[in-house]
Amino acid sequence: MGKIVAVTGNEAVAESLRQVNPDVCAAYPITPATDLMQRFSSFISDGKVDTEMVLVESEHSAMSACIGAAAAGGRVATATSSQGLALMWEMLFIAAGDRLPIIMPVVNRALSAPLNIHGDHSDTMGARDSGWIQLYSETAQEAYDNAIQAFRIGEHPDIRLPVMVCMDGFIVSHSIERVEYLEDSEVKNFVGEYKTVNPLLDIDNPKSYGPLILTDLYHEYKRAQHEVMTKVKNVVLEVAADFEKLSGRKYGLFEAYRLDDAEIAIVILSSAAGTTKDVVDSYRDKGIKAGLLKPRMFRPFPYEEVAAALSHLKAIAVLDRADSFGGYGPLFSEICGAVMSMDGKPPMINRIYGLGGRDYMPDQAEKVLDELIEIAETGKVHTIKEYIGLRE
Amino acid sequence: MKEPLWKKLTPGSVILEPGSSAKFKTGSWRSMRPRWIEENCIQCLFCWIYCPDMSVIVEDGKRKDFNYDYCKGCGICALECPGKKGNKAIVMEKEGN
Repeated sequence: MGKIVAVTGNEAVAESLRQVNPDVCAAYPITPATDLMQRFSSFISDGKVDTEMVLVESEHSAMSACIGAAAAGGRVATATSSQGLALMWEMLFIAAGDRLPIIMPVVNRALSAPLNIHGDHSDTMGARDSGWIQLYSETAQEAYDNAIQAFRIGEHPDIRLPVMVCMDGFIVSHSIERVEYLEDSEVKNFVGEYKTVNPLLDIDNPKSYGPLILTDLYHEYKRAQHEVMTKVKNVVLEVAADFEKLSGRKYGLFEAYRLDDAEIAIVILSSAAGTTKDVVDSYRDKGIKAGLLKPRMFRPFPYEEVAAALSHLKAIAVLDRADSFGGYGPLFSEICGAVMSMDGKPPMINRIYGLGGRDYMPDQAEKVLDELIEIAETGKVHTIKEYIGLRE
Repeated sequence: MKEPLWKKLTPGSVILEPGSSAKFKTGSWRSMRPRWIEENCIQCLFCWIYCPDMSVIVEDGKRKDFNYDYCKGCGICALECPGKKGNKAIVMEKEGN
């Protein structure tokens, strides 16, 4: 049993990285992730970890150095946010395509313009097709737990893919919460020794990474990459089961909250799920059968499992903290993909909330639930996609 | 059933065979061809140093003719060549002439 502490999300994730003690970390500061890597670099300067820290001139270089270090045969981690993730974009696809299990906490923040440092999911949603596994965290505890599990998931011999561990900027990264830490030895045993696959530093067996592959085999390599993603789900569940034995904390592909007998439900990611659960509770007290589904694993997206969990509902609202301008919100699109296979499809609405860190307040969830009650009764949807929480 | 090709690929498109790029003869990309004029050559080996591939063959410290299997005709060797008394030892000519 580890200790119980009062820490911020950044502090908790930095602690998880200290406990894992990766070989190499290349990072560049960006609000609100700066504090995470700053804390981790203190561990390096204080001799608490053996990690080789590479200070680079941009996030593009940070991810490039991580790719090089991972191909060389190291266990590698970095962290970023927002514009930093956007600048890494080109290299993200290379990390995934080369099958390099780099672990990257991403502190979710809005993208420019206009310039904004606060939390929304525009950054990681923009990277959803990069081939990285994505886990979303509601709290500092979940971010800490997900970060530790991410090493086991990404480094699994059947997977070998990079993982983003997402938490909401400021709301989680800079807020102090109660977090239970595992013992250093427990984390060390849980993640285990890093096993290299085709390391470049094995100079007796020279090899090449990143070759030119044109029309003859590129299509086949992408098919193989897709296949790996189909195996991630089982590994995530297997790692979660082991983690539960160790910590007592249960994780799945998503969290279903009061959903089994619900008639209406909100689907929502990360910290806003906490607020929504409170509102669900108050509606339950009034006798309204409300529930919630909070995806944890967004890439790969567990379509069948989500569909099974939502199939009995009379109306669903999907709340997105990111927009696809000219399209539906990214989470809504995935839920549509899940619901597509159902026979009697429940009516669905998409509500965009909390962009650029706009507070998501209980009254927003209440309005959405009230609308769902009406939709469940009438079966009629007025507007599929709409912004909520707008100022008058 | 035959195993599909995509299942036989090395993860992450890593190439495990060293030096396999020698199999890819890039000389076919060439539109301009360097010609070595031995009488103007002072054996400074600038062409060998500057060649971005390995298309200038050196044996026993002496420059020999080009390896046209890999020369893409970039012309760097011809540009760098100091020649002898104002006469270049490497000139670029249109391929196929």
